[in-house]
Amino acid sequence: MTALEFVLICFFVSIVGGFIGSLLGLGGGLVVIPMLTLALKVDIRYAIGASIVSIIATSSGAAAAYVRERMTNLRVAMVLEIATTLGALTGGYLAGRIAGRWLFMVFGIVMAASAVMMLRKRRNAASDEGEGTPWANYLRLHGSYYDGALQKEVSYRVVRARLGLGLMYIAGMMSGLLGIGSGVLKVPAMDLGMRLPIKVSTATSNFMIGVTAAASAGLYFARGDINPFIAGPVAAGILVGAMIGARVMGRLQNALIRYVFVVVLLIVSAQMLLKGLKGN
Amino acid sequence: MTSNGSDPASPSAPPEDRRVVRVEIVISWVLRVGVVTSLAVVVAGMLLIFVHHPELLTSATRLQDLTQRGAVFPHTLSEVFQGALRTRGEAIVAVGLLLLILTPVTRVAVSILAFVYQRDRAYTFITLTVLIILLMSFVIGRLE
Repeated sequence: MTALEFVLICFFVSIVGGFIGSLLGLGGGLVVIPMLTLALKVDIRYAIGASIVSIIATSSGAAAAYVRERMTNLRVAMVLEIATTLGALTGGYLAGRIAGRWLFMVFGIVMAASAVMMLRKRRNAASDEGEGTPWANYLRLHGSYYDGALQKEVSYRVVRARLGLGLMYIAGMMSGLLGIGSGVLKVPAMDLGMRLPIKVSTATSNFMIGVTAAASAGLYFARGDINPFIAGPVAAGILVGAMIGARVMGRLQNALIRYVFVVVLLIVSAQMLLKGLKGN
Repeated sequence: MTSNGSDPASPSAPPEDRRVVRVEIVISWVLRVGVVTSLAVVVAGMLLIFVHHPELLTSATRLQDLTQRGAVFPHTLSEVFQGALRTRGEAIVAVGLLLLILTPVTRVAVSILAFVYQRDRAYTFITLTVLIILLMSFVIGRLE
């Protein structure tokens, strides 16, 4: 393979990864890292470094739209970002200290867990009843948004802010350790844990992912794990793929496609685990 | 965001709320411009790499040096800037990636303004904390 071929393959593989990722509501990272490491034999640290910067691109692109639509709860995002960025620093720090094979194993486990999480019904646990909890009241986390499907303003009360912070620390740590957005952990922490409406949870999670990724990206960059030759084409590819995915998303709401992807994710996660167990 | 149900963008809304809406528009703009600019720089840098090193188009051996563990590329601010001044492709790509990393950081910094306008001490403090954590990541990475 020549260097040009490598760059082009990285670019197109990342387009596919970004495309599938955005269809599944995952960042591109869960798809791109296995592709880079298993198929192209890229060092896992370079793959993680490339993925973490790509996530910033996709999250920022999507967040720009969400903020304008006022779907994002900026207060909830800011409070929780304290936990996700601290978690991301912890994860990014640990990533530089543990062997590559452990990264493969943790990645395999998190990937399998994410696949299973995708099967859960997207129940909307939000409600406007009850008093909220003292922390959520003090921080004025409650909010409202305009629901296009219901054609009315929906207001909601937030509960269990501290539980949310704890879960977000873990989500941030996984993000920093594995170079993924970990939206699959962030969304349930908000909609099931803190009882935000699912649409607000998704928009807020997407908004937070970029900030979380930036916290560990700084670490990875300074450490020399962001290889421009790999991260460049991957970042461009994931962004292009995610943009295409966002376009066709409305037309592709087939449950069957979702199940097929879940099976694929499970198979790939087993391969990542196996690679970790075998060492090199 | 506000629970009182009134539309903060309407002229009847208090001036603080209108300023907040303006900050949100700026945030949305920062994110968009940040992503587009950084990716344009990345692509330009990639093209430069191949212009400066035509042997990469044909030789397979150079690929190993670039992608395997221990590859040499700029990863400190001074290396990146000195390389970029000499229009080295890798350094230009790195500038683009740094711009991308700085996009959410700028976004957080702009958000601080929104809370200052609202005279919201608690949230000014919370957002400042997030910004400090973000800036710390670069420092910790350097210290290692």
